[in-house]
Amino acid sequence: MEKTTTRSTLSEAVFKSVGLSRNESSGLVDTVFNEILKTLTSGYDVKISSFGTFIVRSKKERIGRNPKTGEEVPISARHVVTFRASNVLKSKVDSKNKALKNNL
Amino acid sequence: MSLIKSQLIQNITEANPHLFVRDVERIVNTIFNEITNSLAEGKRVELRGFGAFSVQHRKSRVGRNPRTGAAVEVEEKFIPRFKTGKELRVKLNSKNNASQPEQNEE
Repeated sequence: MEKTTTRSTLSEAVFKSVGLSRNESSGLVDTVFNEILKTLTSGYDVKISSFGTFIVRSKKERIGRNPKTGEEVPISARHVVTFRASNVLKSKVDSKNKALKNNL
Repeated sequence: MSLIKSQLIQNITEANPHLFVRDVERIVNTIFNEITNSLAEGKRVELRGFGAFSVQHRKSRVGRNPRTGAAVEVEEKFIPRFKTGKELRVKLNSKNNASQPEQNEE
């Protein structure tokens, strides 16, 4: 079993659960993430029920510091995306990982 | 303003007229179930360009009830984390997305 899940893992899951070709399945996985990306980059949040919410936040400009040289550098105003996991996701991740750990 | 799952499904269906809403619903649900299950098994999920989900372990610690100051044991826990991918990070700040709606303070 691979350790990391990637787009190809997701495509395979879509291929198995929906009656589409492998090619089309992988195209649709891309479509889903492109659609979310497009929405976020136009400034809107994306809510996936029982999974979580991707939130676009605006950060003001601030003065940062280069930790190595101590030099002050301005950090420009920017947009960032934060992810808030839903309670369903949080509790699944927590309980299953605890069970795995305790069964070792 | 936000886009919810049903609207996401709607948009994808409109862009792919040969698919039924029911199919797209199934695709979207499969994707997020697969991500959830991977994280539940402690696996990392990497989606190039979009971002990566990972599981972090928080050790048990002694916390305090902020009201009474009483010490309480906080159990260890595993939490899902998301780190924005490079393409998404760059696109969020590129000049040509001038269509910033309201300031999103909370």
